[in-house]
Amino acid sequence: MKYYTYFPGCSAAHGNSTAYDRSAQAVAKALDVELIELENWNCCGSTPYSSVDELASYCCSARNLALAEKRGFDLVTPCSACFVLLIKTNTALKEYPELRGEVKEALAAGKLEYNGTVKVRHLLDVFVNDIGSEQVKTRVKKDLSGLKVAPYYGCQIVRPGPSFDHPEFPKSLDGLVTSLGAEAVPFPLKARCCGGSLILSEEDIALGLLHKLFNSAANNGAQCIVTVCPLCQTNLDVYQSKVNNKFNTKFNIPVLFFTQLMGVAFGIESKDLGLGKCIVSPQKALAGYLSK
Amino acid sequence: MEIKKQGTTNFVNEISAIPGGEVVKLCIQCGTCSASCPNATRMDYTPRQLIAMARAGMRDEVLSSHSPWLCLSCYLCTVRCPRGIKPTDLMHTLECLALRNNVSSGRSYTPKMYRSFSDFVYSIGSVPEMGFMTWYYLLTNPLRAIKMLPQALSLLRHGRLSPKAKRMKPEAEAQLKAILDKAEAIVIGGTR
Repeated sequence: MKYYTYFPGCSAAHGNSTAYDRSAQAVAKALDVELIELENWNCCGSTPYSSVDELASYCCSARNLALAEKRGFDLVTPCSACFVLLIKTNTALKEYPELRGEVKEALAAGKLEYNGTVKVRHLLDVFVNDIGSEQVKTRVKKDLSGLKVAPYYGCQIVRPGPSFDHPEFPKSLDGLVTSLGAEAVPFPLKARCCGGSLILSEEDIALGLLHKLFNSAANNGAQCIVTVCPLCQTNLDVYQSKVNNKFNTKFNIPVLFFTQLMGVAFGIESKDLGLGKCIVSPQKALAGYLSK
Repeated sequence: MEIKKQGTTNFVNEISAIPGGEVVKLCIQCGTCSASCPNATRMDYTPRQLIAMARAGMRDEVLSSHSPWLCLSCYLCTVRCPRGIKPTDLMHTLECLALRNNVSSGRSYTPKMYRSFSDFVYSIGSVPEMGFMTWYYLLTNPLRAIKMLPQALSLLRHGRLSPKAKRMKPEAEAQLKAILDKAEAIVIGGTR
């Protein structure tokens, strides 16, 4: 059994991506990984807070890091936005002594202290590098052979880093998909932006970026896209119909969390993976593989 | 564009005082950032131009630019910059400075969207999506919410939109607030 401190983030814990949390827990259990939720964690602040008040944004993450430090395990999150903020805070506190002093002073107001020892990980990193594809293969009950998958990384899991994969041409998720028996199709835009939170304020721009992603995935024959981030999943899934309206296209590509795809291959029941929460139904693409 | 020589060093110093800001002095104006940016063509000034303007002391023009609010935070520029500048973080810095100085960024809804989000983080330490969206549309243009109805309904139908807000334990909420208030006091206190 491997132990980690788990930071689900708002979207996966109680937002629109609870299927991510549910499937992550189910898959972790099957792999003898224990994700112990960090008690009393707060929102990482995401990109918005760092664009409104930088010091406060660092402090949001520093509080979580300070709480995690007391427990001693690596801090794992399934969310790329949480991942990037926690990593950035860790790096900035090391690089900039003045900032470190300010954050220390602010944390002291909450009777907390952070010494910079927490290692921040993304859940994909844990499954690929701590567990490994050989171990994953031994858990596969329903080989996904014949299923064509576009592995989508998005931005913040690999950039700005330091990350566990290449910043522009990552391949860890491709390998994981392959170890489930599925085919990882070439997907040139796999580490390009989905529009992020600007989907809310600059919708036309974001829809344009999403359109490019769907084109790239569809042209390579993908039957589904797998993501590693709640916001990417939301944009690709919830806004797919808007992309179709705007560009007069007929994309109908299910968008799964990578943990959901792992769960299908592990023979975990659909309801324990939250598959019913996908807006674009994955039933047809996964027809031959699903456990009742 | 008139270059105000007197302000040159002041604005560069202001940016340099922010962690990571001093590296703008290293920019060689190669334009890799602008070429990498998915949104550069929509910006009033490209990232490369913004850095040049900042170094020329054009504080008002830089802070009132629409460009930082179009940054997607995809960090492509950051991993490609040959001089180790982090343009994404610089955009965040400029956004913070613009808000702090009450400089209007014109047509973008992004500042209010970010503010709606951070208001929730500050108040309750988490972001309930329905509350955040409601607050955002109230702050901008409530009529725009109508266009979002199909998305909201399909989220509801699939059990992905809850009106409930998850609250931290009161003592944890108080602790976060004490930390964030102290951070605000440090910034206002003028150490930076």
